[in-house]
Amino acid sequence: MKHRGSEIICRLLERQGVEVVAGIPGGSNLPLYDALRDSAIRHVLARHEQGAGFIAQGMARVTGRPGVCLATSGPGATNLLTAIADAKLDSVPLVAITGQVPLPMIGTDAFQEVDTYGLTLPITKHNFLVRSAAELLEVIPLAFTLAASGRPGPVVVDVPKDVQTASIEVGDWPEPGRAAPPALCDGAVLDAMAERIRRAERPVLYLGGGVAQAGAGGLARELAHRMQAPVVCTLMGLGAVPCDDPLCLGMLGMHGARHTNLLMDEADLLVVAGARFDDRATGRAAEFCRHADILHIDIDASEIDKIKKSCVSLAADAGLALEGLLARVAPAARPAWAARLAALRAADPAPPAGDDPLLPQNLIRLIGEVSTPDTVVSTDVGQHQMWTAQGYPFRRPRRLLTSGGLGTMGFGLPAAIGAALARPDLPVVCVSGDGSILMNVQELATLAELDLNVKVVVMNNAHLGLVRQQQELFYQGRYFASSFSARPDFAAIARGFGLRGVDLGACADPAAALRAALSAPGPCLVNAPVHETENVLPMVPPGAANREMIGGSVHAN
Amino acid sequence: MPTETVPRPAGIVLELLVRNHPGVMAHITGLFARRAFNLEGILCGPVGGDRSRMWLLVNDDAKLEQIVKQLAKLHDVMSVGERAGADVTLFHRLEAALCPGGGRPA
Repeated sequence: MKHRGSEIICRLLERQGVEVVAGIPGGSNLPLYDALRDSAIRHVLARHEQGAGFIAQGMARVTGRPGVCLATSGPGATNLLTAIADAKLDSVPLVAITGQVPLPMIGTDAFQEVDTYGLTLPITKHNFLVRSAAELLEVIPLAFTLAASGRPGPVVVDVPKDVQTASIEVGDWPEPGRAAPPALCDGAVLDAMAERIRRAERPVLYLGGGVAQAGAGGLARELAHRMQAPVVCTLMGLGAVPCDDPLCLGMLGMHGARHTNLLMDEADLLVVAGARFDDRATGRAAEFCRHADILHIDIDASEIDKIKKSCVSLAADAGLALEGLLARVAPAARPAWAARLAALRAADPAPPAGDDPLLPQNLIRLIGEVSTPDTVVSTDVGQHQMWTAQGYPFRRPRRLLTSGGLGTMGFGLPAAIGAALARPDLPVVCVSGDGSILMNVQELATLAELDLNVKVVVMNNAHLGLVRQQQELFYQGRYFASSFSARPDFAAIARGFGLRGVDLGACADPAAALRAALSAPGPCLVNAPVHETENVLPMVPPGAANREMIGGSVHAN
Repeated sequence: MPTETVPRPAGIVLELLVRNHPGVMAHITGLFARRAFNLEGILCGPVGGDRSRMWLLVNDDAKLEQIVKQLAKLHDVMSVGERAGADVTLFHRLEAALCPGGGRPA
């Protein structure tokens, strides 16, 4: 039977098990949209392609399965770029299918023609320019395999309009593309790691997004208890081990707790799983854990020895590797190390917070109190993101959706929408800022249309807060281009989009109003006018060693 | 990176077997550019079966291991490794073949 290229794409997506795609139609992908009309796949119409990309990311981040987004050629494709680059840096499986001008017009500067292949080449795991309808049968399943295998990432499939309309005979449909099973671990390497662990006196477990990706949080926690080793998480790893575990020290690095960074500075062994020594985690790399040997487990071989030399390393799935270590590592008490941890913790108590609900840290605590362990929290980028990472009680993996590597303002709202689409059974809260929310505010229209259970809390300090903070701390208070004189009424904006809008600044009891807004079903935006000059502390100055923190308790030594 | 105090190392040759399609060269040269790796020379030719063999002349320095690992991750790179004993002078002798007499190209 003959099928058009556009029908082939839809059929292959259906066979992949794709239920929802996000996108925007335009001239060069209209044949695909025409076929989509007859497909069982649900299409979510975003209001900007970057929104579509982040909606797909939200679906992918919360489920672990590739998210799919669609865009037309030219500006449709260029608008997707930020979401694609973001997926690359955070290892999120994403398949972006873009329309392209017809093959004979490529290279003629046709209307809405842009070199999508060339533009996406440095920000994807792999990309395709499809040159015939028959190629789709190979490329679409392969795109899913590549996106999901090993270290996940984005794949772009650029499909010229005439490839979408060409009809070909299709005999047998190809099998859906699946993630390649991870390779088995080398037992001798695991033996060497276990032996080094046995000799360690002051070990620390350092977990990244790869542990969450592998579903290996439970194994990591078991290993930590077996070794009596404190656990630190990267931003991407938060939730891998529940924050209320006595061994969990939360996030490390630039905005990690003082006792967390100081303890790492004393470690004699670092067991790293699914993490890549990002500069926000390590501070000055040469000084990072300067007394520690490093055991490095990462599924991407190119991350091994890239920033820090390891003494034993394993390019492997974090789950398989941790399983192998658990089979080899015997329980050990390490009481001196536990005592040191207790001492550092005691010297670094949480600062007295009072009960002002409009202090940012208290706002995060309030959100945490209303949430369940399964609540999905998305953030934008800035101070509110770091306060969330520091203060929100993450108890499960895949429940913090945040732009870690690229640091994209505008990520939070569409990612929250994607999470709610993929998991309508879970409550979703987007913690945003007054700078970030405006960068994809148009997706409030998408949210209103879908009527999803997404709450948006805008921490409104009328500043680009993290910029203002850096100008205060590192540019002698020479503030510039970091404050907003126009102050939009975000609650009114939400109402303008057809959503509930609540302004805590106008409430006699802001804490009660916030609880009520978060507890009522359906979408809602909450404007929270927070203290404007509050800083995220502690902070490691850019380029400094992690022990050189500003702020936090200062008696820890 | 620490400052190199040793004299400039002699180049070594990486040999790649790649899928021969439009774009594979862009994937490889783009990788070198965006990761700030030096690439001193490229030789490439088809070997049949939609495959091409490629020689890359690179510096034998601290970045070499990372270059090889990054190349190995590219989907279109079927294999990559150091070509021991490669005749590096080939890259320089090529100039004589491309431009006999050493004059300006026409």
